Amino acid sequence: MGKLTIGCFSSLVGSVSLDFGVKLAEAAVKKGHEVDFWVSSNATMLSKKGQKAFKDYSHLAKTLTELFATGKFKAVVCEACAEARGYHKDDTMEGWGRRSMDWYLASTFSADRVLLIGGD
Amino acid sequence: MATKKLAFIIRSLPYKTEASRLALTHAIASQTVEIYLEEGDNIEPVVCFIGDGVLNCLKSQQAMKHYGITSLEQHMKNSLLLDLKVMICKEDVDRFGLKEDHLIMDAEDVGGETKAQLVPYSEIQKVMEEVDHLQFF
Repeated sequence: MGKLTIGCFSSLVGSVSLDFGVKLAEAAVKKGHEVDFWVSSNATMLSKKGQKAFKDYSHLAKTLTELFATGKFKAVVCEACAEARGYHKDDTMEGWGRRSMDWYLASTFSADRVLLIGGD
Repeated sequence: MATKKLAFIIRSLPYKTEASRLALTHAIASQTVEIYLEEGDNIEPVVCFIGDGVLNCLKSQQAMKHYGITSLEQHMKNSLLLDLKVMICKEDVDRFGLKEDHLIMDAEDVGGETKAQLVPYSEIQKVMEEVDHLQFF
């Protein structure tokens, strides 16, 4: 089995790019692969706890909780990007790590594939 | 002991989105990546500007004056100061009617010795084929 590193910059609400990233991670984990999931820029919104599900907006918190439970999925948010947007450590959903950008680069070192999903 | 090459291909306009800034800040983060890796392992970033992305390389950016934020020029100079490989596509520079004099080609004013390279697209293509992982911004 392989390791996939996914970097996402797109916001949770406004496009479905982040949905695609999470769905891809889910598919990879179901196949037995490991996934490192890095969010920076507007994608840091994904790590915010207390998200409510509305039919008009993407809601990925439940999928993320399930992915964390597999033990094959690691998600880390860019701390500076989050802080700049007012998402502090206390606001972060359980399971997430908070690191600087070098964590993402380190993750690519051992990745079999790296996929970057750009932002807006 | 190994070094993995990572290409940051910048196609986005400066300031319109955060993309080019993210490319540069992530590339610069390679300077501290070793804390997460085994001894002797490392990441080597290459930054390439193509298409609209070459406009990130224009001199005399005034982002701090007008927006109160660091300019892409400052990030580019920091990249050169840290000896990152920076390549700019010559054909795209020509397409905008720009000359080398219009571009940030060095970081001498902040003590940098490494220079950016103005190269034909074929050289950037070669880099894209050589690297371990390719990322488009």
